[in-house]
Amino acid sequence: MDKNMKAKPRIGDKAAKAVIWTAALLVIAVLVCIILYVLAKGLPVISWSFLTEVPRNMGREGGVASTIVSTLLVTFTAIVIATPLGIGTAFYLAEYTKEGIITRIIRFSAESLAGIPSIVYGLFGFVFFVEILGMGWSVLSGGLTLAIMILPTVIRTSEEAIITVPKSYREVSFSLGGTKWQTIFRAVFPSAIRGITNGVILSVGRCVAETAAVYLTLGSTLRMPTSLFSPGRSMAVHFYLLASEDISMENAYGTAALLIILIFLINVVANTAVNRMIAKNAKR
Amino acid sequence: MNKISIERLNFFYKDKQVIRDLSLEIEANKILSVFGPSNSGITTFLRSLNRLYDLVPEARMEGLILLDGKDIHAKDVSLTELRRRVGMVFDVPTPLPLSIFDNVAYGPRLGGVKSRAKLMETVEEALRMAALWDEVQNRLDIPAMSLSGGQQQRLCVARVLALKPEVVLLDRPCSGLDPISTAKIEESLCELKKRFTIVIAPHNVQQAGRISDRAAFMLSGELVEEDSAQMIFSNPKNSRTNDYITGRFG
Ligand SMILES: Nc1ncnc2c1ncn2[C@@H]1O[C@H](COP(=O)(O)OP(=O)(O)OP(=O)(O)O)[C@@H](O)[C@H]1O
Ligand SMILES: [Mg+2]
Repeated sequence: MDKNMKAKPRIGDKAAKAVIWTAALLVIAVLVCIILYVLAKGLPVISWSFLTEVPRNMGREGGVASTIVSTLLVTFTAIVIATPLGIGTAFYLAEYTKEGIITRIIRFSAESLAGIPSIVYGLFGFVFFVEILGMGWSVLSGGLTLAIMILPTVIRTSEEAIITVPKSYREVSFSLGGTKWQTIFRAVFPSAIRGITNGVILSVGRCVAETAAVYLTLGSTLRMPTSLFSPGRSMAVHFYLLASEDISMENAYGTAALLIILIFLINVVANTAVNRMIAKNAKR
Repeated sequence: MNKISIERLNFFYKDKQVIRDLSLEIEANKILSVFGPSNSGITTFLRSLNRLYDLVPEARMEGLILLDGKDIHAKDVSLTELRRRVGMVFDVPTPLPLSIFDNVAYGPRLGGVKSRAKLMETVEEALRMAALWDEVQNRLDIPAMSLSGGQQQRLCVARVLALKPEVVLLDRPCSGLDPISTAKIEESLCELKKRFTIVIAPHNVQQAGRISDRAAFMLSGELVEEDSAQMIFSNPKNSRTNDYITGRFG
């Protein structure tokens, strides 16, 4: 009896460890398989002309240059709009308000918005920006729609990052004669920047990969966008159309592989940029 | 005139009274130890002197605190200026996640000092006063967090001194420090009182005895007695002070 009681938790421990490891390995294996499969099918398609030529014949021939440009433009627009708004809101919620009706409304809206499927944002963007405001299918309509879509994520991750900054940093800054603004800008923000940028990078990935919302607001023309008001077709939409309408599986895989590489690159570049910035800040 | 006069200070967190009717005169260029058992309200008392409790929404204070004869709660008092005049070191080392240099330069920069040379001068002076310069002069740009606990606390002292304050509040600056770091801090305090007024919550009675000119014993939010350190530690008037010093309670 005594022995059993001692032995049980050990076996339980080992079993739990085994289950957790298997689960983790399985997930990683599945992910790696998908990525490898797409890369194996897509990489051979990618060439200099695939990157630099505009699609021809609905995407059967030519490259994907205009879809790369559309994707980057619409993502850039969304991030430029959503980042300052989201970070500002997060600081407002975390630093300037006591818990009350207003903060609860904002937080509740943000949380609800985060759970809505992206196609609903697309529909809203289509009705509001494309039709009512008359912006048509355009980079701007798409960017605004994506901005609204990622705003809750940016707010939430930023607020979390701000809240986890130790209280003592604020006390120290105030005790050294800092004003509220100085304290936020010099003591809180630099410590929260890591978490904040993580949220933004995550959002960049979502924008690049978004399909439904962009399809409805950016449009699907294959022409090269020339301004904020041009329509375009994002890489994800291009991939979707090529595959679903059985236009060219080959080019669909090429586009998908490129998407994966692009998201990977954005992550690496953004992370190094942030690390550099933090290192530079610490030395200034 | 005394540096700080406190008249009938009462302090509350919500409905809970933490300091009761405390009146006290603090002389300039002396070290005053405010000591007592845990939970006596000493931290609260120190934080009321630079109004740091303003950050706590449920805190409320009654009474009068005069700094150089001027009410620190007067409408025209600038909070940022008050806190630069009355600097504070906390009871745990609190380096900001910046380099050593930037930690010490934090206060002067808030005050608008930009010139690197001027900052360097201030930083060096402050680090020397806090007896840390010799140990860090060659690596001012490493993260402050990588210093030892004792060095971090001296860094926090230096950071306050860089403000060129008039009063320095130290809340148990040596808790958790080894005897050597403690001795270093105590040594520099005795040097510093020539230029500043120092109010310290000592680590223990022995430390209070070693360093103070004046000493005040607090118990459950009340000031039991305040006198020259010599009197308090050799011949206290109040039996409760005597009990605490001789280790009969607390
Ligand atoms: N922010 C706060 N909100 C509510 N109550 C508080 C707050 N800060 C302190 N108190 C209460 O005030 C009382 C006195 O606390 P204080 O920190 O001033 O005591 P202390 O003498 O410094 O104690 P210690 O020796 O443990 O540091 C305690 O009962 C504590 O619970
Ligand atoms: Mg305390």
